[in-house]
Amino acid sequence: MPDDGVLVIGGGLAGLCAAIAARRLGVSVRLLENAPPALRGGNARHARNFRIAHAKPVWHTPGAYPPEDFLAELKKIAAPCPNEDLARALVEDSQTCAEWLMGCGVRLQAPDAGVRPFSRRTAFLLGGGKAMINALYAEAARLGVALEYDSDVLALAPTPEGWKAEIATAGARRRTRTRAIVVASGGPGGDPAWRREHFGENADEILLRGSPWSNGRLMRKLIESGAQTLGDPTSRHMVAVDARGPATDGGIVTRITAIPHGLVIDRNAERINLSGAGAGKTHYAQWGQKIAQCEGGAAFLLLDANAILRAPPAALAPIRADTLKTLAATLNLDAPALAKTVETFNREALHPIAAPPFFAFPLRAGLTFVHFGLAVDARLRVKTRDGAHKNLFAAGMIMAPNIFARGYLAGLGLTLSAVTGRRAGEAAARHVLA
Amino acid sequence: MSSPDAETAHTLRICEACMYCDGLCPVFPALAGGADDPAYLGNLCHNCRACWHACQYAPPHPFAINAPAVLARARLESYADHVWPRFLRHALQKPTLGAGLMVAAALATLLLLATAGHWTAARSGPGAFYAVAPWGLMASLAALSLAWAALSLTVSTLRYWRSISTDAKKAALAPSLLRTAADIVTLKNLSGGGPGCHDIGPGFSRLRRWFHQLMAAGVLLAFAATLAAALFQHFFKLEPPFALTSAPVLLGAIGGIAIALGAGALLAIEAFSEREPSNARETQLNVSFLTALELVSLSGLTLLAGRDTPAMGALLLVHLSLVTGFFVGLPSSKAIHAPFRAAALFRAALERRRPRRTGASE
Repeated sequence: MPDDGVLVIGGGLAGLCAAIAARRLGVSVRLLENAPPALRGGNARHARNFRIAHAKPVWHTPGAYPPEDFLAELKKIAAPCPNEDLARALVEDSQTCAEWLMGCGVRLQAPDAGVRPFSRRTAFLLGGGKAMINALYAEAARLGVALEYDSDVLALAPTPEGWKAEIATAGARRRTRTRAIVVASGGPGGDPAWRREHFGENADEILLRGSPWSNGRLMRKLIESGAQTLGDPTSRHMVAVDARGPATDGGIVTRITAIPHGLVIDRNAERINLSGAGAGKTHYAQWGQKIAQCEGGAAFLLLDANAILRAPPAALAPIRADTLKTLAATLNLDAPALAKTVETFNREALHPIAAPPFFAFPLRAGLTFVHFGLAVDARLRVKTRDGAHKNLFAAGMIMAPNIFARGYLAGLGLTLSAVTGRRAGEAAARHVLA
Repeated sequence: MSSPDAETAHTLRICEACMYCDGLCPVFPALAGGADDPAYLGNLCHNCRACWHACQYAPPHPFAINAPAVLARARLESYADHVWPRFLRHALQKPTLGAGLMVAAALATLLLLATAGHWTAARSGPGAFYAVAPWGLMASLAALSLAWAALSLTVSTLRYWRSISTDAKKAALAPSLLRTAADIVTLKNLSGGGPGCHDIGPGFSRLRRWFHQLMAAGVLLAFAATLAAALFQHFFKLEPPFALTSAPVLLGAIGGIAIALGAGALLAIEAFSEREPSNARETQLNVSFLTALELVSLSGLTLLAGRDTPAMGALLLVHLSLVTGFFVGLPSSKAIHAPFRAAALFRAALERRRPRRTGASE
């Protein structure tokens, strides 16, 4: 394959969509994934559904979700929208997103199949994100996209002929001659050094829900080379997760969703309260922040025999003890302090913590993503301080802050990645063909 | 109801918390509905491997989830735990023993037939078979081995059903039976929720689904051929071998070819399929059963081809011995999966009401 077309950096959803879209326009495409094959796909491997606007019911998504509603909800969380034109384009393209992905071999799940939650806003992937990633890799290979796993970008910098990359695959270094580049290598959350630099205290106590291969190191290289940034590197989406879960790739199952049924305490056995938080859907994200601010970035969720029956399934079994005293000893907490906190809680609680045996989940903050990335123009070209070259495009979470620099909506990450990936791939291919 | 070991409990816990696979097959909705009995879930699983390829927690992830392998082991344990007579559990725990039982029974039959029969009686035309092996001997061998297999499989299945059936609020009986029958005939759960199974590797395929049913149809045709032969003999006073265009021969020949093709293809799929999402003992059980079925069908087809040659006597004795050995070993072979899976499907059909919506989204 001639190496004079498009180079796509990042083998997650955005990169795959960019590669497929560019290849379909007839240019040669090379896709670099820095993970090994078994761990390919970035954070999309942990996702399940994507947000789509649709005027009437579709077989995979019931009801209707008018584009105006999607845009309004987007503007509400993002207020103000950093780039309203891009937000409009996202909502517009979300309407064809499901069809486009299915055209790439991706399978969706009907609402009456299995036990998936009802949603008029999001389409569900049959088998989840990894099944989608597998389908897209198969489609990319079928179209003749050159795939390189275990690859690394050593340098990405402007030259007199535009942006050029120096890459290494399995130890062999070389310069690419591709005429356009799409960076879709993810936001910065996956890099522990970056987290330490920006998250301050307790940064090392945070567990990564996503892939460590989606680490933003390339984003840093680009910033050093003059790329403009957007968003706040300290602002991030975090939820409460089980402290015993893996350091990375915890995904969906390590979330602790039973918090509304019990009592959260810190290492001093003092109650942690979330002022104004109900049992609504967004409370998870608030708990992540709260736990990160606790001493040692750690907390515990206490439940009793009644509460555990109301608790949703969790990946790891809770720690169990017959008395609060033995629970305190197991958790290395001060027993009198714990007894006092529980007593105070029970005085006003609808469901007191009183029936033995008692259960505890050790908690940490689990990082989903960071609201920080590269600024792009309307055609998804990376904005640079000197504005000299036009052959570098960005797609996916690396440019998400152009659309929302705060908050999150369920299924937004996949839609943003699929839509911007496809757009960036097509724009890069047109740049090559022009 | 059996309680899960640590690895199974870990797997089921994570699967229940994740539920991304709930659209792939009924195992996951059953788990979400509160069923955590490995003996039930293991037989509900058809080993399509869709969940293995879709799993975000498969190795090298530290959770190392391998649901197909865990459920395959649960399946095997359910065979050994419920088979009757109880001594047959050894043959299911150690599939080589089960294969040994079939071989031993076939050899013993061959010895008996060679002693009592006249394998060199090279005749052709009606009555030729009974000149080789007397009707009484042939009929008793067939009746005894078949009755043994039917009795053992029935009792084993009832024991299994008693252990998995629940008192949960159930749907109507007739629709559930219909649904179970439809699930069996179409092998719906070998579809990975639509696109197909991962029979060979990461790609989708429907090979196992089709060849399994080709083989099963062949077995049914072979039974029909035997039944037709008995009717011919009883009502028309005709003695085998029958004319090539007669119902017993046509049914038997088509059935035999279907079995040979189906079992052969399934053996090839076993050879090329990925080892990781499987259980080595289950593979042994599959391979020995498929090999036995292949030998039975090929020996029958060879007999048909050579029935007018001097080798007919020897071919007949070999075929009869293989058939008898096959039926003697049937209760402790992979054949047990059929009624167990039917029982599991029946429970799933009974409990198929609007399940609670539980899956998480991101």
